[in-house]
Amino acid sequence: MLGKTAGGVFWLMRYMERTENMARMIDAGLRISLTRSSAAESEWTSILNANGLLAAYLDKHQEVEGAKVINFLLRDRANPSSVMSAVEAARTNARLVRTALTREVWEAVNECWMELCALLDRPAKAQDLPAILQIIRQRSAYVRGSLAGTMVRNDVYDFARIGTFFERADNAARVLDVKYYILLPSIMHVGSASDNVQWETILRATSSARAYQTLHEGEYDPRMIAQFLILDKRLPRSLAFCYRKISDNLDYVAKDYGDRRPCHGLVEQICHRFETMTIDKIFEYGLHEFVTEFLADSQALGRQIEQDYRFYE
Amino acid sequence: MANTPRFYDEMFGTGDGPRAPYRDYDAWFSGEEVNNLRRKSMQAEALFRLTGITFNVYGMGEETERLIPFDIVPRIITAKEWSTLERGIDQRVRAINSFLHDIYHRQEIIRAGRVPAEMIARNDAFLPQMIGVAPPGNIYTHIVGTDLVRTGENDFYVLEDNARTPSGVSYMLENRETMLHMFPELFSQVKVRRVSQYPRSLRRSLAACQPPACSDYPTVAVLTPGIHNSAYYEHAFLADQMGVELVEGADLRVVDGRVAMRTTRGYTPIDVLYRRVDDDFLDPMNFNADSMLGVPGILDVYRAGGITIANAPGTGIADDKAIYSYMPEIVEFYTGEKAILKNVPTYRCSEPEALKYVLDNLAELVVKEVHGSGGYGMLVGPAASKKEIAGFRAKLMAKPGNYIAQPTLSLSTVPILTKAGLAPRHVDLRPFALASPKGVEIIPGGLTRVALKKGSLVVNSSQGGGTKDTWVLED
Repeated sequence: MLGKTAGGVFWLMRYMERTENMARMIDAGLRISLTRSSAAESEWTSILNANGLLAAYLDKHQEVEGAKVINFLLRDRANPSSVMSAVEAARTNARLVRTALTREVWEAVNECWMELCALLDRPAKAQDLPAILQIIRQRSAYVRGSLAGTMVRNDVYDFARIGTFFERADNAARVLDVKYYILLPSIMHVGSASDNVQWETILRATSSARAYQTLHEGEYDPRMIAQFLILDKRLPRSLAFCYRKISDNLDYVAKDYGDRRPCHGLVEQICHRFETMTIDKIFEYGLHEFVTEFLADSQALGRQIEQDYRFYE
Repeated sequence: MANTPRFYDEMFGTGDGPRAPYRDYDAWFSGEEVNNLRRKSMQAEALFRLTGITFNVYGMGEETERLIPFDIVPRIITAKEWSTLERGIDQRVRAINSFLHDIYHRQEIIRAGRVPAEMIARNDAFLPQMIGVAPPGNIYTHIVGTDLVRTGENDFYVLEDNARTPSGVSYMLENRETMLHMFPELFSQVKVRRVSQYPRSLRRSLAACQPPACSDYPTVAVLTPGIHNSAYYEHAFLADQMGVELVEGADLRVVDGRVAMRTTRGYTPIDVLYRRVDDDFLDPMNFNADSMLGVPGILDVYRAGGITIANAPGTGIADDKAIYSYMPEIVEFYTGEKAILKNVPTYRCSEPEALKYVLDNLAELVVKEVHGSGGYGMLVGPAASKKEIAGFRAKLMAKPGNYIAQPTLSLSTVPILTKAGLAPRHVDLRPFALASPKGVEIIPGGLTRVALKKGSLVVNSSQGGGTKDTWVLED
């Protein structure tokens, strides 16, 4: 397998995952702004922040305003993380590694791109947004499904999966990074309506609301939510779950190639922390500090994988 | 135009009712509704978009992807017609490989006075770096796309021998896939020879040309200039179908005297490189120093027997438009047989007498640039305005050696599906031949290009041409 191909499938799946996550975040923001217009501005600001896009947005726009933010996150090609930019980048990577993909996977990516090009041809009307966001999520699921259903389980598949979980964990961590303060224990806020909505937003943005309700009998508790998103290995979007998967897939590559590389050590360290951590320890240590360190570790791991498997010259 | 020439139509001949090879198709067609077929035709387009069979077009600052229009009426060739074409192409491909070997070695054909020395020496397509180099298996041109045109029942002409990097084979394959998908019943009514073996044949043929340095089963790869190249789809398609890696210059480097690709486990040597990068860009150390598309030093590895490059560098000298006019002599010189396929009579404007004739008859002739391609920079006399002819005359007189001229051929037509039903349009044909030390294999079929504009004789996709599925009937 070419190093370029490993990098190409990794990024293809990262961008597909990003497309979907962006749609989920827009959806979460939309809900808040519909139900509580007073909180809308700060909600959109935190979404921009979570994606590191606030400065880029403010370069183009005077103020944080729902319709403009949505347009920026959905369609703006100058924004490299917009849905349109991400899906285009996914497709470019898919073209680059076309020979490593099955026809089904390629067509799922290409069809996703074609449909979004048509859908996002002009600014989306407010009433069309929910449907558009749903299509984006479905298209992304379709790509993941084609991958699972048609690809040979070899190194190509492993790198594709690593890309998916890497981006997913990154996204969840970023949401936690900008929202951590509403999860901190504080007597004043407990049980207030405002926080219920905020907590729900976090769960929605990480597509975990329904799972949380099922597993925790509907009771919102900031500590439980943090525990759920960081440590619960049943949740396919928790940090611990994603890192278990990344570690598994890197192990398959190691077995396949018959050697372990520095990235295996790094991922082991990260996983070990999740194994030994409890939510109490995390709060004791500082939720924000924990998430910040996680993001730094994860970036280092990304660079190491890239180097170990020669994505670039 | 005053007296419109009568064109030979491959479906209806010159008379009443369809020709024999089209009878079954015609019977099927008359049971179909035009509107329904038009709808199918749109579905075909959607299918092509989904598959991504597009080519990139540059202009207005933005890159866009376009489809080459596909017409659903097949172009049908009988077993007997094909057998003649097959023998003719086989003979020509063998002759071209012998010619290339000779031209880069003893140049017997020049000593024998059959081709003038200056045709070679002053030709940009001749690569001095290839003098004395013997490619593995003595094959220079591994993949050839011979452009043929037809003017009558038994009149086929070779228009061009594409011996460098002929493209379009992915359309041959995808057009057939699309037809099978849309009209499966047709293929049970008409017995058409398969083309789908092409990728396997290509891989086998390339592997048979392994270099001396290869001790095991040869590793084959396809070299592309990258995703921005207009034929990128085809490069990816062929690599995918052959089950080999698709590489770019940036994936390759010379390691221990071999050309190797960067894999997740380190550098792995390549034995046979099917390159879709032009000679000029292949090796910045030996050719164009600014090229970012090639591999520095690959030509040195090649000369030392470390890799097979398909097609070999320097094959352009064989499909040069000026050399073309010598093809009948070339075929005879190397095979000892008369050429089976005819050449179009060609006036070399470098010769004063020919130039005079061409200048006197510009309005009736097609004039082409010797090194041109893609239908650019040519004059189609009968279709040109007085002003265009005058402009071209000036260019021609300034540099006569740059041009050749040919009579305007009455290209055959095959119907396409229009709103009003079937309507004749001009076509050409590019079958694909694979050459290896084991022989020449020609896939029964090819790429039929069709000029979609009524009356137009230019079939190039860059000039509004489309494609058709090409059927060679079983005996």
